[in-house]
Amino acid sequence: MEIPYTVKPRPDTGVYNAKIGIWLFLASEIMLFGALFSSYIILRITAPEGSWLEGVLNVPIGFVNTLVLIASSVTIVMAWASLKMNNYKAFQGYMVFTVLCALTFLCIKSVEYNDKFHHYEMWTNAESNNRFTGHFDKSWLAEQKSAYKAKVAQLNADHQKALSSWSQSDKSTPAPVAPKFPEITFFTLTTTEIRNLAAFLGTDSVVFEKEAKHAYKYHGMPGEDTHASNDHAAAGAEDHASSTSAHDDHSHHESLTIPVSEIKRTSAFIPSHSTYFAIYFTLTGLHALHVFGGACVLAYFVICNRKMWKNEPDRLANRIEVGGLFWHFVDLVWIFLFPVLYLL
Amino acid sequence: MAHDTTHASEADHAHHDHHDHHDHHELNFWQKYIFSSDHKVIGIQYGIVSLLFLLLGFLLMSCMRWQLAYPGQPLPLIGNFINDLYGGENGVMTPEIYNMFGAMHGNIMVFLAIVPLGFAAFGNYIVPLQIGAPDMAFPRLNMASFWAFFIGAILIFGSMFIPGGPAQAGWTSYSPLASSIPTNGQAYWLIGLVILIASSLLGAVNFIATIIQLRAPGMTWMRMPFFCWAQFVTAFLLLLAFPPLQVAGLMQLFDIVFDSSFFLPSGLIVGGQPADISGGGSPVLWQHLFWFLAHPEVYVLILPAIGMICEIISNNTRRPLWGYKTLVFAVLTLGFLSFIVWAHHMYLTGMGTVISTFFQTTTMIISIPSVIILTCVLLSLWGGSIRFNTPMLFALAFLPMFGIGGLTGLPLGFSYSDLYLHDTYYVIAHFHYIVAPGTIFAFFAGIYFWFPKATGRYMSDYWGRVHFWLSLLFMNLIFMPMFLQGLNGMHRRMVDGGANYASPVGPEGGVIGLLSEYIELNQTISIAAWCLGLAQIPFIINFFYSITHGKKVHSDNPWKATTLDWQTPTPPPHGNFTHPVEVFRGPYEYSSPESDDDFVPQNAKPSPSHQPAVAKK
Amino acid sequence: MSDHDHDIKSHIRTYMIIGAALFIGTILTVAVSYVDFGSHAINIAVGLIIATVKASLVALFFMHLIDEKTAIYLLLSCAFFFFVGLMGLTIWADQNPPNKTQNLQHAPMVEVTVDSQHPSSASDSHPEPVHH
Repeated sequence: MEIPYTVKPRPDTGVYNAKIGIWLFLASEIMLFGALFSSYIILRITAPEGSWLEGVLNVPIGFVNTLVLIASSVTIVMAWASLKMNNYKAFQGYMVFTVLCALTFLCIKSVEYNDKFHHYEMWTNAESNNRFTGHFDKSWLAEQKSAYKAKVAQLNADHQKALSSWSQSDKSTPAPVAPKFPEITFFTLTTTEIRNLAAFLGTDSVVFEKEAKHAYKYHGMPGEDTHASNDHAAAGAEDHASSTSAHDDHSHHESLTIPVSEIKRTSAFIPSHSTYFAIYFTLTGLHALHVFGGACVLAYFVICNRKMWKNEPDRLANRIEVGGLFWHFVDLVWIFLFPVLYLL
Repeated sequence: MAHDTTHASEADHAHHDHHDHHDHHELNFWQKYIFSSDHKVIGIQYGIVSLLFLLLGFLLMSCMRWQLAYPGQPLPLIGNFINDLYGGENGVMTPEIYNMFGAMHGNIMVFLAIVPLGFAAFGNYIVPLQIGAPDMAFPRLNMASFWAFFIGAILIFGSMFIPGGPAQAGWTSYSPLASSIPTNGQAYWLIGLVILIASSLLGAVNFIATIIQLRAPGMTWMRMPFFCWAQFVTAFLLLLAFPPLQVAGLMQLFDIVFDSSFFLPSGLIVGGQPADISGGGSPVLWQHLFWFLAHPEVYVLILPAIGMICEIISNNTRRPLWGYKTLVFAVLTLGFLSFIVWAHHMYLTGMGTVISTFFQTTTMIISIPSVIILTCVLLSLWGGSIRFNTPMLFALAFLPMFGIGGLTGLPLGFSYSDLYLHDTYYVIAHFHYIVAPGTIFAFFAGIYFWFPKATGRYMSDYWGRVHFWLSLLFMNLIFMPMFLQGLNGMHRRMVDGGANYASPVGPEGGVIGLLSEYIELNQTISIAAWCLGLAQIPFIINFFYSITHGKKVHSDNPWKATTLDWQTPTPPPHGNFTHPVEVFRGPYEYSSPESDDDFVPQNAKPSPSHQPAVAKK
Repeated sequence: MSDHDHDIKSHIRTYMIIGAALFIGTILTVAVSYVDFGSHAINIAVGLIIATVKASLVALFFMHLIDEKTAIYLLLSCAFFFFVGLMGLTIWADQNPPNKTQNLQHAPMVEVTVDSQHPSSASDSHPEPVHH
């Protein structure tokens, strides 16, 4: 049994089966990403005042990634053209470059994701100028972590000691109770975790690596910091911020010491803390899955289809065309994703 | 005029040389029946799985009907079993269990029974045969589609046995309710749904590509049997309406697994406590994305059924389908319009008058093509020499049932009457009239009709009639009283069938609660429902008995049908046709003056002597 | 064959030009986002217009939609129609909330008063039909 029109186009429609198939699939993909973009718009316009984050993503990284994807889109179509001109060597070269571009994109994306997982936003009890963004100071975080581990180890050791001395005693007293310590993952620090950590270690403040570029973006009134220092001199955080703030030096990362008692809420740049990041991760994650899937298929075409080039060159050219159509679509989605998420 | 009801001369049409087909290589059992890429085997696989789910969905509902008729009384037979599974005591169904069963009844019936049965099972088996294709355009994709469906179905069904039980938020799974109920069942359902949608998308791509690319030579668009048109439009609905639900499902899954707040508003209170969420989401967004699928889904449920009905009625009236082109354009219009009516399910979400007017208007417009379809099929009966066999009886019963279901939908399409009728038993009766005595009757008709093609044997006509009359009676006894209950304000989600709401007379004499006569109807309905279950026993026995012991067919075309599916060997071999087929005429040339017999198959060459005469007419 | 080769070569030139245009477009998108056009809405519009132009270039030239078969145009226009329907109607529904005060003003005033002189007015709520 032979399925007709797998390679040669059907005369009246003018296309071969796989081409209709991929366009139908892309039509459903239009609806998939269309629904996600619609959700993005609805979530954005219905977001409570001030809760939608803007300008918190790293534009240069997004820019580079856009260029990488566009380059890969050019090379995949060149690969197809080389195949049509019977130049298998050039085809291979373009395909390998395309797959490498895809991998580069995914690497950059994962670095960016990782950064976002450790990115924070913080609200303090001050009435205005109460919102900061940045990372927890790395050395501070490392210190806290080792202090936490040391204290846990110490408490455990004490407990073991007490336990062994108790077991050698006449056991008239009740057995020593195992020590309790707050569970802290150090992957993201939630507000509760920060409070527990502070109580556990006896620290009284959080050191925050503030990124000057973003710090005032939400309530972005220039000169607000002077207000803050006037109105809320009592709040140590604002005091510190305004005293060390070098407003003209945007590239400089200041660090900010915020008393734990002043913290109202911290929020990492993860889905559970912010709807903006929830839709960001959904959109880019789904897109990255498409990149990954596309890269796998393209890699399969270039690695395993050498024999097909000898036996059925037209079929291989069709495969590359169909794979290329999918790849362009992935690129096309990113062309919208980049400005929508990073710039606007 | 040929009034051929006796099948006198079947020998004339016996097909020759269909015994000498030979497979190129022998396939082993697994390749042939389990991991097969043959569209007919896949169709039957879909059919078996979805019929099982149809039975399961019905059994869940039978348990719920006990609770509605006799609230608080121990459930017979399986009461203790469900208590062991989900808690509760003395064999009594708790409200939680009622909600689980209700949600799973809806999910199973819609996603695991009706859609796969109508679209995937019948579509897979019949469409390639009817258009004269050797198989689907992408046979391996077809197999992948079935197995994705199977995995998704197992996940959804399996969630009934996890600790905490399955999803409880109804088949609509409105947020924030769906993500607030403490069970993992919702997550299982969502993952299953996402896989199921992937399967549907693959299926839809395959169907459309097959119909566009693999039509036999001469099978022009306007020569396609109407069933293929219906499947074509259905496939488009699935292809373009399902992705938004997939997105919504993923987002709700993230709400549950990653604690995001896509559909959870700020200030949400769950169980008296402020929910530990970031908030800022939009519950209405879920409804938009859900109903964007779920309204076209209604047409996914009904269109394959209408397609089958058209085939069966045309065949058994021995007349061409009345207004074939009108039907085609009506079904295309229906497909288009079905995408822009969805918010008539959402009048109660607080919708402005302008947008509400828009959706009311489109909803009224979409009833026009539906009425055109029904009218065309009804007019096809006029002047026919009708053969009242079992498939025809089911097909005829479909028409008034679908009519009742459709016309009772009109008040729900207007926002002012919908405010009153929303979420009452009226709604339940309305859409069940379309899906249960409508679509399911069409599926029964289809099973009785195509059974001889798939097995080479008839199902018993006598037991088919018993099955038909009992089903028709009990279906109406179930759903007709629900209109009354709904009009009198019985809410669809009351676990006790409204017993707590029974307060017939207020302090000043006015009626303020449910009248007891409407609550007592619950018992009538429940008994009818259980009887409906019993009425399926003849069908089940008939089905299995006839596979091996049914009356053998004497030709490949026992119903004397014109379409290509009957011009193949019985059962059709791998690759379907023994000769290359070519099509010369339209799909329903019954009672044609061109032939001495009363039908001309689509692939019959035009005879030179008759052609001019036909052309002159 | 040489004709076909020549055809492909001219294609390649197009691809290069389009690739360059996309690079420039990307730079333009970023540059424009730092310019203040007066309102955020205009900034968004400008950004989206550039993105749409870029996307159209990809679709028309890389995906060869500038010269494609009717079947594909037909099915894409279906998808586009429904995409616009989904996005447009959802946003419209969101932007058209019920205007409560306005509805109250225009709603007919219904007052149920129990008037001892005209007992029939109070019996309006009764289930029994009232014959006047």
